[in-house]
Amino acid sequence: MAWFTRKEEKIGEPAPPEQRTVKTEGIFAKCENEDCGTTIYRKDLRANLSVCPQCGYHFRLSARDRLAMLFDNGEYEERDAGVAPTDPLGFVDKSPYRDRLIKSQRETGLLDAIIVGEGRLMGRSIVIAAMEFKFIGGSMGSVVGEKITRAIEHCIDERLPLVIVSCSGGARMQEGVLSLMQMAKISAALARLDDARLPFISLLTNPTTGGVTASFAMLGDLNIAEPGAIIGFAGARVIEQTIRQKLPKGFQRSEFLLEHGMLDAVVDRRELREFIASALLFTGPDP
Amino acid sequence: MISDESGVNQEKAGIRMTSREAESVGSEPIERVQLARHERRPYAMEIIERVFTQFVELHGDRRFRDDPAIVGGWAVFEERPVMVIAHQKGRHVRERQARNFGMPKPDGYRKALRLMLLASKFRRPIFTLIDTPGAFPGIDAEERGQAEAIAVNLREMARLESPIIVTVTGEGGSGGALAIGVGDVVLMMENSVYSVISPEGCSAILWKDSSRAPEAAAHLKITAEDLLALGVIDAVVPEPPGGAHLDWDLASDYLRTSWREALERIERMSPEELRAARYSKFRAMGRFEERL
Ligand SMILES: [Zn+2]
Repeated sequence: MAWFTRKEEKIGEPAPPEQRTVKTEGIFAKCENEDCGTTIYRKDLRANLSVCPQCGYHFRLSARDRLAMLFDNGEYEERDAGVAPTDPLGFVDKSPYRDRLIKSQRETGLLDAIIVGEGRLMGRSIVIAAMEFKFIGGSMGSVVGEKITRAIEHCIDERLPLVIVSCSGGARMQEGVLSLMQMAKISAALARLDDARLPFISLLTNPTTGGVTASFAMLGDLNIAEPGAIIGFAGARVIEQTIRQKLPKGFQRSEFLLEHGMLDAVVDRRELREFIASALLFTGPDP
Repeated sequence: MISDESGVNQEKAGIRMTSREAESVGSEPIERVQLARHERRPYAMEIIERVFTQFVELHGDRRFRDDPAIVGGWAVFEERPVMVIAHQKGRHVRERQARNFGMPKPDGYRKALRLMLLASKFRRPIFTLIDTPGAFPGIDAEERGQAEAIAVNLREMARLESPIIVTVTGEGGSGGALAIGVGDVVLMMENSVYSVISPEGCSAILWKDSSRAPEAAAHLKITAEDLLALGVIDAVVPEPPGGAHLDWDLASDYLRTSWREALERIERMSPEELRAARYSKFRAMGRFEERL
């Protein structure tokens, strides 16, 4: 296990986090909100936690940037960093799954689509898991399932609170039914966390869909989301094809889910740390 | 008898295949998909009326509606009172639509959970029968929390105090199947399939071309033998030669035998033992390696 800080770069990581966060190159970034499009000085965007100062649009964060943002001083101890994917089905579509894995590992500097960190948030010990969308769409296969399950079991053993930051298109097709079973595995572990009366805060970010939403992401004691995130079970295209109807405006956005009673709150990224700290004051465990 | 109406008995007499022909049936994964979706495949109610007695259907989720895509109720299995929960497809055009082709909405999953909690309270065994293309993808389903309904079932099934026997009888369509699929013994009928995504859906996403479904079906490893090899199910329930659609009675006999064996194995375990074993069972699923 190793300590990481906001500024430290892991060997083998191809790009510093700021270049992976925002697509536009150079010292300026363009807001990804089509109705805004404001040109932002990249340093300002970074200082504003990758939220557009003009319109409040939340740029997607990498898993590393997410953990750096949530933990005190961006410091945390990574857990189970050596859990690595295999190719249990020998899956080949347009390219072999093995090649996709190697490509994603090179691009992200991660072995799979999640990082689990243990550290402090406003002084309180906490475990936070963050998903990496750039790793095959943040999809959940055996590694994501195993690392989250271990994180939950660790929280039970050490009586620690848990936060999972979801950012995922759902279960990973290339691991077939084994990916599906991760939903059951994690949910069973969450039942034990619940029995142990330990808090689980689920933070849903853009996007959280499919088997991730239909398992741990919706099982928080608190389910909270960042503004404007796409959250749902079925994809919009599948729904449109099935019911042959146009979808209502704002369908499957955070605010839509809030309105329909599926979220406790929509929380601005700049207020997340305060929100979580406040939640932990309510839930305990008392430090 | 429904089998008379559907002409299954005539078929049984006339088209029954020799065992050699039967061996070649369903050898390709996509053929298994076709058998699992066969329009004459026995659906839940046809199995329930053959294997259980005194089935009494119970309705509704106590929140919004009664979802006809899932049926549930108590019944008697070999002199034991049990709860049965199942996806239910429709046999004819109107019923198919009424049952939404076996695709539940959140209300169906919530009804299922309500009935399972009822069984758990009185420590009665639970049988679930899985046969769905998937959870319904629709505006109303999303509005009422399709994902939440499935998720809660996964968590709660993990800690029910009843013995749970899960059987995939036809299509095991992803999360919509798993939402009633967490149990102590998980079985698949020989020609059923169980998958994270339909072969058509997988083909459309990964190949950008839905005609590659046969390849997707092969790669996804969705047959009963595949899942047995992957450690996801405990056993395969045999079907009559050529498939369950050719002989509903015999298919039901095979199920009864498998269920009796499964129940005898777990019915004397305490709630604590059941929950611990159920946890270990799902905890072990997945393949990965440890690097230093
Ligand atoms: Zn903007």
